[in-house]
Amino acid sequence: MEERNAIEVRELTKRYGGVTALDRVSFEVGCGEIFGLIGPDGAGKTSLFRILTTLLAPDGGSASVNGLDSVADYRQIRRQVGYMPGRFSLYADLSVEENLSFFAALFGTGIRENYDLVAPIYSQIEPFRKRRAGKLSGGMKQKLALCCALIHRPSVLFLDEPTTGVDALSRGEFWDMLDGLRRCGISILVSTPYMDEAGRCDRIALINEGRILGIDTPQGLVDGFDEGVYELSGDDMSGLLARVRAERGISGCYPFGAVHHVVAAEGFDAVAFVARIAAEGFSGVSMQCIGAGIEDVFIKKMGR
Amino acid sequence: MKGFASFVKKEILHILRDRRTMLIVLLMPAVLMLLFGFAISTEVNNIDVAAVVPKRSEEVRKALERISNNPYFTYKGTVSQMDAESCLRSGFADAVVVFAPDFGVPAEARTDRRPKVQIMFDASNSNDAQTGEWYLRGVLAGESLAAAMPETRMLYNPQMKSAYNFVPGIMGLIFILICAIMTSVSIVREKENGTMEVLLVSPVRPLRIILAKMIPYFLLSCINLATIMLLARFALGMPMAGSAAGTVGLSMLYVVLALALGLFISTIADKQATALIISAMLMLLPVIMLSGMIFPIENMPEILQFVSCFIPARWYIDGLRKLMIEGLPFAEVMKEFLILLAMTAAIMAMSLKKFNDKLE
Repeated sequence: MEERNAIEVRELTKRYGGVTALDRVSFEVGCGEIFGLIGPDGAGKTSLFRILTTLLAPDGGSASVNGLDSVADYRQIRRQVGYMPGRFSLYADLSVEENLSFFAALFGTGIRENYDLVAPIYSQIEPFRKRRAGKLSGGMKQKLALCCALIHRPSVLFLDEPTTGVDALSRGEFWDMLDGLRRCGISILVSTPYMDEAGRCDRIALINEGRILGIDTPQGLVDGFDEGVYELSGDDMSGLLARVRAERGISGCYPFGAVHHVVAAEGFDAVAFVARIAAEGFSGVSMQCIGAGIEDVFIKKMGR
Repeated sequence: MKGFASFVKKEILHILRDRRTMLIVLLMPAVLMLLFGFAISTEVNNIDVAAVVPKRSEEVRKALERISNNPYFTYKGTVSQMDAESCLRSGFADAVVVFAPDFGVPAEARTDRRPKVQIMFDASNSNDAQTGEWYLRGVLAGESLAAAMPETRMLYNPQMKSAYNFVPGIMGLIFILICAIMTSVSIVREKENGTMEVLLVSPVRPLRIILAKMIPYFLLSCINLATIMLLARFALGMPMAGSAAGTVGLSMLYVVLALALGLFISTIADKQATALIISAMLMLLPVIMLSGMIFPIENMPEILQFVSCFIPARWYIDGLRKLMIEGLPFAEVMKEFLILLAMTAAIMAMSLKKFNDKLE
């Protein structure tokens, strides 16, 4: 049998009244792949998840999961996928164990039958199995929610912003767990607003305002960035921003954390530029060439 | 089936874990029953009565004796004709009975045909005055006046005990509260918490989700029904003349109807607060105002009488009165039963059609 994609999305469109949440979105996710949807809030990620999990009907285009159409075969899809919505959908008044066994029973199975699949994750929260889910920390809630979404051995896993509101350490652990699941053959579609998590995916799609800006491996996207990126800092950051934006030959300058990122075409002479603006009265200016990151790619593609 | 059983278990856990709500739900019927049965009542007790007696006679003595022996009245003694009004004003008495000098003289021996006794009532509270006046008339209508007054008998509730009147009303109210409001809030809570999304993305059919939600509340209602019926019988001394099975049967149907209403509300509301407000506006107010629980339907303008026909509680309360107070057999409430049954079917159909297994 021909290797078929876990998820196929073709020209998918979704409108809410006059607002277009998804505008002719197309991509596919291969079997056993971790596919990341990277984009800010309101980009349409959640709408896309809801269509793929058969909770919403699209206004145009088609989506399929395991070869099943999201509209016509929605009942079958519901048996085969695991879904973890944006907010961890757990019952706060039930204990860790009660939550997990409820979600297992929902799919007609039990914790014991599938313990091996969730064990690497569940073992971390098992010491607290009598604790109410509402009393868990963000990271533990996230792990429990993942266990609940996995307990029926889905072949495709949908994770909508699973790391939002979770501390950095737990986020790292979480991605390690996803790596483990991929080795079990589970295909994963995961969304995140954090650009730094993009590198943990096999392939990513950049999405903004309902449109896909680009799909590639994280490295491929970065390699496709054909300009130089410089990190700029100085004493008068806001003055610098205005000054650099007025400079010719610079295609972009934007705040990036505590520094500014300056995007300029090949052949830009940073040393000469720093010397020039220092002479104009800017003090403490330093400028270094760095490689482009996913966020630089995103900002550049968004500007187009 | 395993999924369904664990669903019911989960719902029961939700209820058990929410101790405060559960306590309120279980205690509320008892508290309401006792409140309405003893504290809040349209019965009038402890009416202070004074009398103006210009001429003592055997008949006057008997009449006063009847007043002072009656549990509703407190006899305060005699006052002079001139003081009659001032003792009403000062609050010394709520009512003054003025006997004519020829009170008790047989009609044929009398010279004029004027009434031989006058009742003056402090009507600043018109309800009290009206009810008290009725009692007083009844008491005075001893042998001597019997001929002059129509004989009235209050059937089924001879003492006009207001508790009798309120028990069916409370039942109409409580089941709406528990079944409709709690069910709708419980379903909407899943929407608000996002758990509904996960439930929908599972092989469990929505019908099962709903059924599983209803079962615990149905059980809770059964406990309440038992509490109410026991309290009505033993604490309030209601006769429960009719068939108890009929009362239970009619109540079960009403409970199912209330559950269906709750389900319907949950299909409209997205937030728990919205569900509460809709329940209160759509159900509590009409039940209290238009069901005949407090205000008699016959006294309403025609348009409201018409509206009240669509309020399930009206038919339920009517049916309960027939069963619990009049003591009629179940066959006599067939009309109410069938109307409630039709309403239940209609609401169920409507909400199942609206409850969808998608988010839109």
